[in-house]
Amino acid sequence: MLGLIGKKIGMTQVFDANGILTPVTVIKIEDNVVIENRTVEKNGYNSCVLGSFDKKKSQTTKPYAGQFTDVCAPKKTLVEMRDFDKEAAVGEVLKVDVFNDVSFVDVVGTSKGKGFQGGMKRHNFAGGRATHGSKFHRDIGGTAMSASPSRTFKGKRMAGRMGADKVTVQNLRVVRVDEEMQVLLVKGAIPGPAQSVVIVKKAKKK
Amino acid sequence: MDVIKAIESEQMRDDVLNFHVGDTIKVYFKIREGEKERVQVYEGLVIAFNNGGIRKTVTVRKNSYGVGVERIFPVHSPRIEKIDVVRRGRVRRAKLYYIRGKVGKAAKVPELIVKRR
Repeated sequence: MLGLIGKKIGMTQVFDANGILTPVTVIKIEDNVVIENRTVEKNGYNSCVLGSFDKKKSQTTKPYAGQFTDVCAPKKTLVEMRDFDKEAAVGEVLKVDVFNDVSFVDVVGTSKGKGFQGGMKRHNFAGGRATHGSKFHRDIGGTAMSASPSRTFKGKRMAGRMGADKVTVQNLRVVRVDEEMQVLLVKGAIPGPAQSVVIVKKAKKK
Repeated sequence: MDVIKAIESEQMRDDVLNFHVGDTIKVYFKIREGEKERVQVYEGLVIAFNNGGIRKTVTVRKNSYGVGVERIFPVHSPRIEKIDVVRRGRVRRAKLYYIRGKVGKAAKVPELIVKRR
């Protein structure tokens, strides 16, 4: 699986080849350093560990920094890519040109946190009518049956913390790969606020 | 933010924005019919600009056989071949939506006369 660590910059629009304005998300790919190559003989599976974004030395513990000895300065984000399609030696710097021949990508990010939300917003419950004295507006309604089983089942969808989840958006078209600015433009929205860390992978289902 | 501005400025055109609200313009718009491409000319009064940056659009109003027609063009679109100004108008506001409710002479915008020095 081919993939890199990126940073969501924000959204804009570009004209495509047919002159149609297309909504795109700009993802900045900063230097992705290959920290380690894991192999079947040693680890039981193949993978490539990538690191990105420099970490301040004062914020790095010695055990954490130990992973990077002889490779590079400690990085903030570490991601393991299973079965990396590209041959990459330890210490090699991967840039956005990895996606030159890729037309569709999946993007993994952390969605925006929404705080404690009710059932209507969190699970798309219908709620009740607003007027005509219904007295039942945004409640979630009944949560269980009767004397049997006389309890609410675990996992019943209710109000609670919403957002800040790991979310994957699949099959986003790559509109442009800009090697000069090291950015990737994908069609459509991706999870999370601007400046958040995202993982861009080659599309699984295309 | 600068990256987004850089991406937008790449496609922005500085050759089309030579008109203002109140002007009568001719828009040469490329239209694709199957395989062929031809240019359609749309003439009308500029009644509003909307949005900014690469998303900037212009609303052009004309009267077609007694029916008011408004078309919205993305100003920076590569499908616009060129825009000609037919007549400059003297207006005192940025949006000429009041024109929609007028007919005949009341729907006219006086011509802008620039004094030569």
